[in-house]
Amino acid sequence: MSPPAVPTAASRTTAAAPPATVNVSWWARVATFVRLFAVQGAWNYEILMGNGISFCLAPLLRALPPERRKAALARHSTYFNAHPYLASIAVGALARAELDGEDPAKIERFRTALCGPLGSVGDQLVWAGWLPACSIVALGAFGLGASPLVTVCIFLGAYNVGHIALRAWGLQAGLARGMRVAPVLATPVLRQGPPTIAKVAAFLAGIALPLALHRAIGPGRVLAGGVVVAAIAGALVLARVHGRAQGWRIALGVLAAFVLYSVVR
Amino acid sequence: MSISLLDPVSALEIIVPVSLLGGVLGLDMVGFPQIMISRPIISATLAGAFLGAPSAGLLIGAVLELIALETLPFGASRYAEWGSAGTVGGAVFALQPPAAPGGLPVAVLAALAAALLSSRSMVILRRAIGRFAMARRDAINAGSERDITAIQVWGLGMDVLRGALVTALALAVFLPLSQLLVAHWRGDVIHSRAFVIAIAATVAAGAVWKIFHTTQKTAWYFLAGLVCGAGVLFSSS
Repeated sequence: MSPPAVPTAASRTTAAAPPATVNVSWWARVATFVRLFAVQGAWNYEILMGNGISFCLAPLLRALPPERRKAALARHSTYFNAHPYLASIAVGALARAELDGEDPAKIERFRTALCGPLGSVGDQLVWAGWLPACSIVALGAFGLGASPLVTVCIFLGAYNVGHIALRAWGLQAGLARGMRVAPVLATPVLRQGPPTIAKVAAFLAGIALPLALHRAIGPGRVLAGGVVVAAIAGALVLARVHGRAQGWRIALGVLAAFVLYSVVR
Repeated sequence: MSISLLDPVSALEIIVPVSLLGGVLGLDMVGFPQIMISRPIISATLAGAFLGAPSAGLLIGAVLELIALETLPFGASRYAEWGSAGTVGGAVFALQPPAAPGGLPVAVLAALAAALLSSRSMVILRRAIGRFAMARRDAINAGSERDITAIQVWGLGMDVLRGALVTALALAVFLPLSQLLVAHWRGDVIHSRAFVIAIAATVAAGAVWKIFHTTQKTAWYFLAGLVCGAGVLFSSS
């Protein structure tokens, strides 16, 4: 009969029950939510928003014992990239994983895996979807003769309903699901949102751009036909050089030449 | 607003408060809180309102917004920061005589020059934050919340300063320069305005194509919208 096995340090580690789940106070949730608005406050080329993720996690991790908390903060102060609004999903999920006492190596792998999807989905949904759509709506309001106050309120109101809801939902979803947050990225809003917003925004752009140009051109309206032809021709050129030059930089050069011509001729 | 922008004291009385506004609006683009008060249609309108001409601010804000439509602030890419640029444009335009033919072209030029400056300044700031963070790497690796917060606060503070400096520098150059350029402008208001709008419309149309061309059938949606927009224009004129 073999003697009973003596537990080693390693076996003690693997056999030990994971630390009990720690609940998160409402105050910690609110503090993290506020901090999420500054998640890119220290964005840099070395670790991108890594420091911001740690900064946002700090209130949620206060419930942990000091040593585990310090280890977690150090772990999350490394390279991290995501869309700033969807970083809330990462912050919630990473906090839940730390509070649930998941294996640190597993958390690091999970953290790395989050970067790509949260960046690409957010960029398409917000930067290439919601933001230009709201800009177009504001330009349409301007074109219809809205006052400065009304135009500002329409843009900020429309944009931030989506913006703030996305951050709040992301934090909640991350905290609720922890390392099982992946299915959240397949929700209809994130999956079907970008193409739907693109179609609606393209339709609105068709309405809003002529209206905005009509109001902005003012006394130059008698040359509207020429402006439209020039804009179509110019846009075709810009489409050809897409990726090699930015339109606003070309506009700066052309406008500087025009100002010089108008003054010295 | 009737003042001599060639007088250093008068110019400073405008530059200092407007630069603070530019700093706050510039911070919004990346640092905090990203509620898009940095978009030119907002920043130029606020700058114009600050100087008593909100309608002038909105007009140049809309022109700059057409140009800014193409700016997609993707992560590490280099893009214009429109918070301070819009503030410069709004302030310069608000201070021109309302019917001056060269007012809008010169103000848009000032805003685009500020956008160029702001774009470069963001690269410099990001490198500086990186150096500041790397100098505290040992403390961060030890899990020091104090140092994590210090890096974040330092980054935010420097971003406000960056936006304010960009605005101040652009205003210091363009407030007196704009008065000289507008005074010596030889073009008429019709052609001057039409030229600026043609440029803005070109960039906006290119931006709409750039943003939406990857989604199927968006060209048809755009054309359908154009028909509706033309209908609204004809029915209202």
